[in-house]
Amino acid sequence: MSVGQVASELEHEPEPDPAEVEEPEGGRRYTGYLLIIPGLVWLGLFFLVPFYSLVATSLYDPAGTVFSGYEMTWEWSNYTTAITDNWEPLLRSFVYGGLATFFCLLLGYPLAYAIAFKAGRWKNLMLVLVIAPFFTSFLIRTISWQLILADNGFVVETLQWLHILGEDGRLLNTPFAVVTGLTYNFLPFMVLPLYASLERIDHRLIEAASDLYASPIRGFAKVTLPLSMPGVVAGTLLTFIPAAGDFINAELLGRPSDSMIGNVIQGYFGGGNNYPDAAALSLVLMALILVMVIVYVRRAGTEDLV
Amino acid sequence: MSTISRPGRWVSDHLILIIGLLVLAYTFVPIAVVVLMSFNAPEARLTYQFDGFTWHNWANPCEPEGMCDAVVVSIEIGLLATLGATILGTLMAFALVRHRFTGRSTTNLVIFLPMATPEIVMGSSLLALFVGTGFSGDLGFWTILIAHIMFCLSFVVVTVKARLAGLDSRLEQAAMDLYANEWQTFWRVTFPLVFPGILGAALLAFSLSFDDFIITNLNAGNEVTFPMFVWGSAQRDIPMQINVIGTAMFLISVLIVLAASLRGRRGARAVA
Amino acid sequence: MTTADAAAAAPESTAAPESSRDLRMESLTKTFGTFVAVRDLDLTVPRGSFFALLGPSGCGKTTTLRMVAGLEQPTNGHVYLGDDDVTDVRPYKRPVNTVFQNYALFPHLTIFDNVAFGLRRRGRKNVREEVVEMLDLVELGSQTNKKPSQLSGGQQQRVALARALINEPEVLLLDEPLGALDLKLRRQMQIELKRIQLEVGLTFVHVTHDQEEAMTMADTIAVMNSGVIEQMGPPSELYENPATTFVANFLGQSNLIRGEVVGSNGTELRVDVHGSKIGVSRERARVQEGPVWVGVRPEKVYIAAAGEEDSAEANKVAGGTITDTSFIGVSTQYLVKMPWGEELTVFEQNTGARTVFGPGTSVDLHWSRPHTFVLDAEQDATAGVETVDDAP
Repeated sequence: MSVGQVASELEHEPEPDPAEVEEPEGGRRYTGYLLIIPGLVWLGLFFLVPFYSLVATSLYDPAGTVFSGYEMTWEWSNYTTAITDNWEPLLRSFVYGGLATFFCLLLGYPLAYAIAFKAGRWKNLMLVLVIAPFFTSFLIRTISWQLILADNGFVVETLQWLHILGEDGRLLNTPFAVVTGLTYNFLPFMVLPLYASLERIDHRLIEAASDLYASPIRGFAKVTLPLSMPGVVAGTLLTFIPAAGDFINAELLGRPSDSMIGNVIQGYFGGGNNYPDAAALSLVLMALILVMVIVYVRRAGTEDLV
Repeated sequence: MSTISRPGRWVSDHLILIIGLLVLAYTFVPIAVVVLMSFNAPEARLTYQFDGFTWHNWANPCEPEGMCDAVVVSIEIGLLATLGATILGTLMAFALVRHRFTGRSTTNLVIFLPMATPEIVMGSSLLALFVGTGFSGDLGFWTILIAHIMFCLSFVVVTVKARLAGLDSRLEQAAMDLYANEWQTFWRVTFPLVFPGILGAALLAFSLSFDDFIITNLNAGNEVTFPMFVWGSAQRDIPMQINVIGTAMFLISVLIVLAASLRGRRGARAVA
Repeated sequence: MTTADAAAAAPESTAAPESSRDLRMESLTKTFGTFVAVRDLDLTVPRGSFFALLGPSGCGKTTTLRMVAGLEQPTNGHVYLGDDDVTDVRPYKRPVNTVFQNYALFPHLTIFDNVAFGLRRRGRKNVREEVVEMLDLVELGSQTNKKPSQLSGGQQQRVALARALINEPEVLLLDEPLGALDLKLRRQMQIELKRIQLEVGLTFVHVTHDQEEAMTMADTIAVMNSGVIEQMGPPSELYENPATTFVANFLGQSNLIRGEVVGSNGTELRVDVHGSKIGVSRERARVQEGPVWVGVRPEKVYIAAAGEEDSAEANKVAGGTITDTSFIGVSTQYLVKMPWGEELTVFEQNTGARTVFGPGTSVDLHWSRPHTFVLDAEQDATAGVETVDDAP
């Protein structure tokens, strides 16, 4: 960029954003509403309104069934029974989800850093590779882990040979497998926001740090890491939320005693036919997660969300 | 600094890159397994391991009963959901970037929430809606479609919005300065430049729809999509053809990405 | 084409096309919220002239240009082409085209399609010949099938120019089109643009913050500051006889010394400047009584050793001490501290005929009377001077 270019960019009078200032005349004033309303209506009808239904369902008498219909009895006790019966899976969801998020951060940060700072012309290729696992089915990938972590599989046998795992040690059908699956499946959700955040950091800031006697590690800790925090927060949220609510990994890679809250809810809806308790549990999960999102939104504002 | 030996220096310079590549390799192991297992000739039922090599699975992809029907259903829903979500989402993106309206922050929040809500919760609430409004007997193709358009919308908005926001509005001013009215400006300048974003959003929507299980499963009634089929077979006996489909999905996606990048590179062979 | 040729051809523009009319702005105002960008502007740009709108960033010049193009709606006032009020006419209906600062070339179209764009939108089908001819005019005939991203900055700028020119607008608007080019290229393009304007005879309105550029290219300059025009006229008039301190400082440099009018004799005013008596013709004094700024350009000042004889006709301030001598190649720049504390600037061309004075030397400053100008003391003497703090 020539000095002239930089200078002219600075010299150019700031153009007020038309969306902020200009009052369009006539029909153009309403174009915005026309465009936004169809999608908003769809989301309103099929995302927001269902929550109302969910709340209503959670207050039904659990004695009914889908076929015979439910009776609205303002059964607030559904919530208490749901939580007391299922506090273990609830806790496990947050623990497994939290662990998976932590490992995603541990693995994902170096990966995002490498792509942002060290990849050069391979940047785009590596980004594609990060999301490449998504090119095949979530379920099929998870089933593959059954093979990888199988008792007579390569991984287990190697670990047994190294005496890290005992003779009867297993990986499959353990919490370890569940967390591994969760970590694997949600890694891109951590890497992409991290990458976006790291990419935006001006390299000259890091150079300035090093010019001011900071070693590479201090430079990272004092400059890069703090500036990447928005990405860390976003990535953490986008990973933890679906991970905590997942049940596929728990079902395919764990035992019934490893079940997460998602398994329970699914079970209540399916064979258990217990819609009110399922609804109550869903809402509890949602409430807990909503708290986290609200805290995040308070700090970061909504413009950067979408 | 100078006390580090040369190989050591090479490692520390490239450490991050090495770690990065290792992580990347790790993400591909399960895919390698999928590809491998598509050639598997299972010896026994109920165990999932590689027993022997065969072309049989690829030669008879539709052998498992109901699988190809499920794939067709998934494709149908995917195409329709993509159409719906892309249209609605693109309109919303234009509104957000180019127009004024009150309630921006609320709109942003409403668009963001589906991306941040666990699927089990979204699926549950939709099911509650359908049951509550008396459609519990009608769960099937259309309820799945409704759900898919719903959760794909947000992703389309984000993708198109990013592309649109990067579009210099002065290009459109230049067009109008050069005698193009609003309609012509849109079709000759705005649309061609946003199109890659719209296309990307459509592809994203399709893959999200095709692969969805949790929400679909709760609202499917008697309809069976491909992920539901896989789930069902995971409880019983997994036909290897599932991995054939999985590998095919992977290959097709890779091809699309390659095609896109080749097109991109051909269009911008820049002179230094 | 050498600078000499261009200069010789400059004063008269060739006859404008039959249909073109004068561009006139009447009481043109634009506010953004509480910020007034353009304030009650009255301006007439004669057809066929090369007109420059000159001012610092943020002065409202680009906003004015956009209102003429139709890309911005005035809050008040009117824009006329001849007798026709075009204020509310959409940009695509105006016979006006713009060369944008960042070129705004359509990245998805080839150079050919970019240049042909305007013609095609007006319904023309067979444009090949004209487009090729125009591209040859800007020396890009061999690049028709390239995309903008494949061209250099200078080439892109020429495409932007071709794209606008080919429509033969009544008024061609140029929004700092040379800003992104490096110095040498910029100089080249200044001469090119001037040549093209003379050749096609269109009205050019050129917006810039570079005063050298404006003076090189324009027949008429309007200096704009904070939404109003401070002075308008041919470059030499603005430079030699500035109307305000802003113009005096923005175009080149000026020495402004505080004085008081003490008398007059017919055509001349006598002004007391810290004890010295200065004569200035009434025509060059914007204010005729009371406290004033006495102005003289640094290159007009003759720096002499203290006590040296001078002509009775010359104006003189004595008792200065040189605080800095800078060799600039073409000239030597002196900073001279006067007894009343002010530092005056003197430029002396390095003809080699005189010795260079060093710092600490006592000197007197002489200049001939016709080079003096007098401005209103109410005005800020630092207006128009660009300091380090001003840069955004």
